[in-house]
Amino acid sequence: MRNLLAAVLFAFAACSAHAQLSIEITGAGAQRIPIAIAPLAGEGALLDPSGATIGAIVRADLERSGLFRSLEIPRLVPQPTEASVVNYAEWRARLADALVLGSVAARPDGRFEVRFRLYDVVKQTALGGVAYTLTREQVRATAHRIADYVYEKLTGEKGVFSTRIAYVVKRGERYELQVADADGANEQAMLVSNEPIISPAWSPDGKRLAYVSFQNKKPIVYVQDIEVPKQRIVANFKGSNSAPAWSPDGKRLALALTRDGNSQIYLIDPDGSNLQRFTRSAGIDTEPFFSPDGDWLYFTSDRGGSPQIYRMALRGGDAQRVTFEGGYNVSPRVNPDGASLAYIARNGGRFQLALLELATRQTQILTDSDLDESPSFAPNGRLILLATIVAGRGVLTAVSADGRVKQRLSVTAGDVREPAWGPLNP
Amino acid sequence: MRILLSILIAATLAACATTETPGTQPPAGVEDRKPGTVQPAPGPGTQGVPSKPVTGVDLTGGKPAPTPGVPPHRDPASVLAARSVYYDFDRYDIKDEFKPLIEAHAAYLRGQPELKMLIQGNTDERGSREYNIALGQRRSEGVKRMLLLLGAREEQVEAVSLGEEKPKELGHTEEAWTRNRRSDMLYTGEY
Repeated sequence: MRNLLAAVLFAFAACSAHAQLSIEITGAGAQRIPIAIAPLAGEGALLDPSGATIGAIVRADLERSGLFRSLEIPRLVPQPTEASVVNYAEWRARLADALVLGSVAARPDGRFEVRFRLYDVVKQTALGGVAYTLTREQVRATAHRIADYVYEKLTGEKGVFSTRIAYVVKRGERYELQVADADGANEQAMLVSNEPIISPAWSPDGKRLAYVSFQNKKPIVYVQDIEVPKQRIVANFKGSNSAPAWSPDGKRLALALTRDGNSQIYLIDPDGSNLQRFTRSAGIDTEPFFSPDGDWLYFTSDRGGSPQIYRMALRGGDAQRVTFEGGYNVSPRVNPDGASLAYIARNGGRFQLALLELATRQTQILTDSDLDESPSFAPNGRLILLATIVAGRGVLTAVSADGRVKQRLSVTAGDVREPAWGPLNP
Repeated sequence: MRILLSILIAATLAACATTETPGTQPPAGVEDRKPGTVQPAPGPGTQGVPSKPVTGVDLTGGKPAPTPGVPPHRDPASVLAARSVYYDFDRYDIKDEFKPLIEAHAAYLRGQPELKMLIQGNTDERGSREYNIALGQRRSEGVKRMLLLLGAREEQVEAVSLGEEKPKELGHTEEAWTRNRRSDMLYTGEY
C-alpha cells in the first residue's frame, strides 16, 4: 500500500506552461464561413492568465473548428458594440458573412458583464445575443460559451468549445493522465505514475473518469472523480482488467477481463458490484463500446480468426459481425448520432482511422498515417480525436468526418496518446 | 510410472501443439520473420551439486562467470538463461523453435516446487492497446498452459499481460516490433 502511494502521485495544481498541449491546424473545411469578430469594447480590462482577450479566444476557437475564417479587423473608432446600429454595407465590403459585436463592463460588485450580438451580414439581420456575468477566473469559459453560441447559430450543430478532453502524456518513464479544455488550456493532472495508464473513459455526466492503470504491475480498472483526488478500484480480478466503457445512463460499465481464461466482456457497476459476464467466445473479446441508445455493445473479437468488430444486443442474442473488409479492424466507437462507426483498420500494413456508415455500409479511410490508435468522437460527432505517431513522436490528431479538417495536438518533450473527448456541458 | 508420465506429457503436448496452431489464419505477410534472437548454447556441467547455500541476490545485472552454487536459472551459461518466446504479428501460437526452452523451464520448475514464475506477455505497438492487452494475455497463458502440461504446478505460474505498454525495444521499425512480440519468463525475485 505504501509502495502504491509512493508510486502514484496526485497533482491538482495546474501544470507548468511547457506541459500544455499545443494545437496546430493542418487542414480546414472546403468552405469556411468568413466571420468578423470585432474587438469587444472594453475587453482589454478583462484578460485571461495568458493575456488573451475574450474576442481572441472566440476567434481562435472558431478558426480551430476548420469551419470558419476569422477576418482581420482594423481598430474601429468609435468602437462598435452590441448596442450600435450595424452598418451592414461596411461589413459586407470587408467580405464578412457573419459579424459579432459586443462589450465588456465592470460591475460594482467586482464582477464583469459581457454582452454580445451575432449578425447575419448577408441577410442583414441580428441572429441573437447573450449577456454573461463572470469573474476574472471565468474569462476562457465565457469565451468558449460565446464561441459555442456562434457555432450553433451558424452551423446548426452544437459547439464543443466548452468541453474537456482527457489524454495520457508519457515523459520518459513517467505517465500522466491529464484533463484539459478542448483547446488544450487548463491542463490538470488526474494521476501521475511510473507505470502505464491507458483507456480513459468519461462518465456521461463528465464528472468521473474510468481508466486502466498498471501501478500494481498489471492492468486494473479504476474510477476517479474529476474533482476528488481519490482512486476507486472497479475491477481487480486475476489476469487483466481493462477497456472500460460507460453505459449512456452512467449506471454500468462494460469492460474486458481475463479472469475466466480468454479476454471476455463483462458488465459491472461503477462501484465494482454486480459483475455479469456478457460474451462467451473461444477467442479474444475486448474494447466494448455502447451504442448511444444503450441497446447494443460493439466490441472487438478474433472469434472468426482475425480481429474484427462485432455487436451484440444488451438484452441478449447472437453476436453480429460488423466489419468484413481487411484482416484487422479494432477499437469501435459509435458516433453520438448513432449513424456511423469509427475504428482502426489495417490498410496495406498501415493502421488508419476508418469510418463506416452503418446504414449504407460504406467505409472510408480518413487518415494517411501509419500507426493510428484510440479514436474518440467529439460529442457533436463532427470531429474524431485519435492518437498517432508523427516523426517518431506520439501526437493527437482531430479529423472531421469528411477527412478535411485536421488539427494536431502535441506536447514538447513527450508523447501524447489515449485521447478521450468528454461530453457536452449540461 | 515415470515412463507413463512422460508418455502422457508427450501426448498432451502434441495435442496442445495441434490445438494451438489456428489453421484458419493465413500467415501474416511481412511480419512473418523469424525473430533475430540467439539461443545461448548449453554451458558445461554447471548444474552440479551446490557446494554452499546461496544467500545473496545478484543485482549487478552483469555477466559473471558460471559459478558453482549459482542456481541454474541465475546462471548465464545455463539453457535456463533464455527466457523469451517470440511470436509473429497478431499470433499467439508457440513456434516449434521455442518448445525446447519451455520444456527446460518446465522441468526446472518441476524440480523446484518452491520456485515461482511470472510470465509477461508483450506485443508490438501496432493496432489497439486494448486488443494488445488481450493478445499479450493470450501469449502468456499459452506459455503457462504448456508449462502446466509439462508438470509445473498451477500455484507456481502466473500469466499477465503488459500489452504494448512495456516495449523492450523503442522505435517504430520492423526490428523493434519483432523483439517486442514476446513472452518473458521471470522467476521469484526477478519481478
